[in-house]
Amino acid sequence: MSLLRLFTSKAPAVSSALRSNITHQQKHLVRRPFSIAPALWHGKEGVAKGDGPYTVNFIMPDGEKISVKAVEGDTMLDLAQRYDIDLECACEGSLACSTCHVILEPEYFDKMEEPSDEENDMLDLAFGLTETSRLGCQIEMNEELDGLTVRLPSATRNMRVDGSKPVHH
Amino acid sequence: MLRSSIRAYSSATSRPFRLAVIGSGPAGFYTSHRLLKEVTNVKIDVYDSLPVPHGLVRFGVAPDHPEVKNVMTTFDKVAEDDRFRFLGNVTIGSSLKSSKNISVQELKKHYDAILFSYGASEDRHLGIPNENVYGVESARAFVAWYNGLPQFENLKLPLDQTDTAVVIGQGNVALDVARVLLSPIDTLRKTDITEYALEALSKSKIRHVHVVGRRGPLQAAFTSKELREQMNLPNVAYKADKDWIKSEIDAAQPFLSKRRPLKRMMGILEKGSAITSADRSWSLEFLRSPTEILTDTNQTKVRGIRYELNRLEGPSPLETKAVGTGELEDRECGLVLRSIGYKSLPMDGVPFDARQGRVPNSYGKILDSEGQEVPGMYTAGWLKRGPTGVIVSTMTDAYETADTIAQDIKESRAMLNDNDDSDKKGADGLEDIFKSRDIRPVSYADWKRIEAAEFAAGEKLGKPREKFVKVEDMLAVLQ
Repeated sequence: MSLLRLFTSKAPAVSSALRSNITHQQKHLVRRPFSIAPALWHGKEGVAKGDGPYTVNFIMPDGEKISVKAVEGDTMLDLAQRYDIDLECACEGSLACSTCHVILEPEYFDKMEEPSDEENDMLDLAFGLTETSRLGCQIEMNEELDGLTVRLPSATRNMRVDGSKPVHH
Repeated sequence: MLRSSIRAYSSATSRPFRLAVIGSGPAGFYTSHRLLKEVTNVKIDVYDSLPVPHGLVRFGVAPDHPEVKNVMTTFDKVAEDDRFRFLGNVTIGSSLKSSKNISVQELKKHYDAILFSYGASEDRHLGIPNENVYGVESARAFVAWYNGLPQFENLKLPLDQTDTAVVIGQGNVALDVARVLLSPIDTLRKTDITEYALEALSKSKIRHVHVVGRRGPLQAAFTSKELREQMNLPNVAYKADKDWIKSEIDAAQPFLSKRRPLKRMMGILEKGSAITSADRSWSLEFLRSPTEILTDTNQTKVRGIRYELNRLEGPSPLETKAVGTGELEDRECGLVLRSIGYKSLPMDGVPFDARQGRVPNSYGKILDSEGQEVPGMYTAGWLKRGPTGVIVSTMTDAYETADTIAQDIKESRAMLNDNDDSDKKGADGLEDIFKSRDIRPVSYADWKRIEAAEFAAGEKLGKPREKFVKVEDMLAVLQ
């Protein structure tokens, strides 16, 4: 499966060397004239692309399938960051939004523990909520979930199933 | 309208597509974020009338919800893109006539398209007698006050003159203000709430807050997370007509069984709070429409509020109207906060639907009064869909507009300045106007210096930041 994006037009990625595990409150201690804001959540240190015994498949809104390797405890957000996958993460994993909403296959959904009240509160606001929806930041990889496929729901109303757009009159 | 030639910026070797964005809140940033991914040869200039960006993320999100503000990290990343430029302290076409503003007309000639994402800066009024007396305010103004929106510092509120506040409206903003009024001061002290608000709240005598809606529990506009938080406020009792609420929920079971979010929220409501008596309390009151503000004998300040009781009419909980019964009820109180929704202001040169209070559009492309698409004019956020929803709703909305813009670029659809295919200069084309009108744009790097100063000031007080609340103080950092 190709790890390359279908769109080649992308914003330049922020150097991961500038990311560090600084909390929001401590951000100001990093003195830079133009602060390259360190991500509050940055994923796992010391894990490289291709590491890991497990496989996770992402199905993007346009149908593209991306298969990646994952290690124990990797969340979908960790993977999205490591492999540059377009999974939004507005609140950085703090259960304050639903942008990392993904849809699972029933067999895998059933293997997971029930979502917490806090996760369910956020799922309730997700666009295109299904019976097997979870927040990507709360799915942690383990042996049982090996081979997991997560589908990203289409974020926009005006994208048709075949990816074409409605004609403007 | 088809063009015989492919537009110059459609190919990567030619001039970039120039977009101006009016308003640097989530709508402006998320549209930019998406568009920068979808189109390579684009340059985006985002304007804000304030020197500081981020709109309601800075001025609307409650101080005790810092994790919601994590979106600013995404916005910082967008701002790092070479193709993105922030111009704060620049007001585009406002209804306030000022020689320092730049009109939409003046902006147009330097861009291929403009995105209007300036939100909703007014609030709806009840339209009842005595609504303007001291002690009756909009929740929007109260939020602006504690969040440090410039020009709200001097808002006068009778917090130390009464123990009872009434909030009209049952959305998330209503719960935010109720929670801020009832939170222990030590909790607020550790947030980025403004220092002057902290001081006023530490002297507040308010102990009871009533959150009042026109209709019933099934029509309440707040969402589960906020309601759950309210029910869990430490040392605050929850009061309501719990039997009646339960009967309403029971009666709606068939309807609820198919609607998970509403069903879960009704579950939280039914469960209530473990605390039924305490020094502080909040209550939910339903089926009440304010008819009049009751004042002291001089009619200078509020002493109470009069409601008409309603009943509900309609085929289902989603299609229910409040109908007055004629029965009246009075409630004594010293503070009334009106939280019944926001309203956008029209801008000269931009079509506006006054009845709905938003800009008519199709998937974000602005429509004129005949429903025809206006070339090169787009909208996103509250101005586009109305002032409802959380940040992720605006994100989805913004992505839709960005997709529309990207598609229009790809299909070489008509834009601004169709007769002139020359290079557009964007903000650089406005340099002369900036100089002659003494407008000093604030860049994103400038904003980061202002923010660093806010962090430093906050550190001294044990807070994440201490916001500058005056524009001149923000600009003074840049001297």
